[in-house]
Amino acid sequence: MEERVILEVKNLTIGYGKGGSAIKVVENISFALNSGEFILMLGCNGAGKSTLLRTLSAVQLPLAGEVKVCGESLMEITPRELSQRVSAVFTDKTMAGGLLVEEVVALGRYPYTGFFGTMTDEDRSVVQSALSLVGMQEKSKRYLSQLSDGERQKIMIAKALAQQTPLIILDEPTAFLDLPSRIEILYLLKQLAEEECKTIILSTHDVEQSLSVADKLLLFIDDKVKLASTTEAIESEDVARLFESRGIVFDKEKGAFVPKQKR
Amino acid sequence: MMSKRPLIILFVLTLLLFIANLFWGSVNIPFSDVLDILLGREVNSKMAESVVIQSRFPQAITALLAGAGLAAAGLLLQTAFSNPLAGPSILGITSGASLGVAVVMLIGGGALGAISGTMTSVLGAFIGAILTLGVIILFSMMVSSNVMLLIVGIMVGYVANSAITLLNFFASEQNVFSYTIWGMGNFSSVSFSDLPLFVIISLVGILLSILLIKPLNALLLGERYATNLGVNIKRTRILLLLCTGLLTAIVTSYCGPISFLGLAVPHVARLMTKSSNHYTLLPATLLAGSATALMCTLLCSMPWQSGVLPLNAITPIFGAPVIIYVIVNRSKIEYFN
Repeated sequence: MEERVILEVKNLTIGYGKGGSAIKVVENISFALNSGEFILMLGCNGAGKSTLLRTLSAVQLPLAGEVKVCGESLMEITPRELSQRVSAVFTDKTMAGGLLVEEVVALGRYPYTGFFGTMTDEDRSVVQSALSLVGMQEKSKRYLSQLSDGERQKIMIAKALAQQTPLIILDEPTAFLDLPSRIEILYLLKQLAEEECKTIILSTHDVEQSLSVADKLLLFIDDKVKLASTTEAIESEDVARLFESRGIVFDKEKGAFVPKQKR
Repeated sequence: MMSKRPLIILFVLTLLLFIANLFWGSVNIPFSDVLDILLGREVNSKMAESVVIQSRFPQAITALLAGAGLAAAGLLLQTAFSNPLAGPSILGITSGASLGVAVVMLIGGGALGAISGTMTSVLGAFIGAILTLGVIILFSMMVSSNVMLLIVGIMVGYVANSAITLLNFFASEQNVFSYTIWGMGNFSSVSFSDLPLFVIISLVGILLSILLIKPLNALLLGERYATNLGVNIKRTRILLLLCTGLLTAIVTSYCGPISFLGLAVPHVARLMTKSSNHYTLLPATLLAGSATALMCTLLCSMPWQSGVLPLNAITPIFGAPVIIYVIVNRSKIEYFN
């Protein structure tokens, strides 16, 4: 499939508040993402990863600049249109334990169904194919509460797929998972980006794991946001500078982060 | 698809209890007489006719709608605050409504004192309920922990009750007495002529709750997910506030501050339907609320020695065990996890 620009960020300033009392987190962010790209956001806590994700999903307003999804500014489309373009996965605790897995995924059809949320046959088949894409079809009649944390996260990803958006954003989707689940989720997302031609962007603290799986990295260094391909980012020492301020450096020989040697 | 069986069981149960309420009461009327009165046939006893038409029928309708309304209000609050232990009485909304009624009854008019549930006291209860709900929502933005929010609700309730105590202290003896009787709760205070107002306002509230089913389901995932799905959180919150405020107010102003129905019934409905999906859960909650209220009325007006028992003597006996059961078994109950 031909690559096209899905997300365009221009001179964006993210932060909280309004007017003079606004707290700017990061200024002047500009980048563009194509369809089918798998992007990982790296940076220290408080660098602005979550703030950027919230701004991209329009939960939070930008202080300046512009975000365009599929060529249209986030500010100019209705909430319903927005939810058909950007889907989100968080690590929020939900009260949905008493819903069946397929009912949770069916909530992804919310932006498409009518006033009472009645599902058409097409909606139902979208839900089933979303479940099979994450490999959870046989658990569709289980309660969400009966699943492991990793499985629950897959269901939330299936919900995002059922939303049929070109862009999926995930805020630390692997945060509470054990190592096998983390790796599984990361590679599942990469596969979905490639095969379903989705643009997938997620924040994570799994730096070493991300270097081997991401197409591009969105790096939060020194109050700036930089987009680079993974190899570029390693060669240009940008990855190495990620945690420099915290006394942690990248050891190229080991391919791992180590504390700075005291001389 | 979901099983319809619990809904059918609840519907039949509600229907049977409604009929039982017409045939049973503190006054003994032969079965055949009640049947004749209901079928519009002439009966010998004018007294019996008046009891069935003027007293039992309005009381059964009141219990039917009040139970459904309070239960729906409880369910809406539990989903909106992501807290299975929320409810109109726990969050202080009932106390707020009571304060509104107290202002009307104890200050507003000595003459009004004897009657609850006039248009003014409905309005007073509504303003009281909405104001408390507003305060709770304000605090819910500051306090993220659910347990802490419940405690805030209980505190707000205490403050409302302290104002009520103060009003009582300065009110006339007769007003205090009628306020106290009202406070014990009963479904018999809606007279035949008040019935249309009560029915219309309750039905508006119940209808509004049904219209909120779709966003309520999305809210099960939490506000951030709901926003991403396109739910207008602000508008939904305002509608939820109006709906729970209206339902709590109309029931409280006529029937008194009834405890436990709003808190416990949604749990009974969840356990019966084994689902948190509001498409089944809301109808089940409405029916279970009606059935519970009708059952309580029946128990209150069983031929006891001293007339009719106050409602608030019965509802905790149903409600408290349900809540304790749910808390003790929460690790085994799906919707808690």
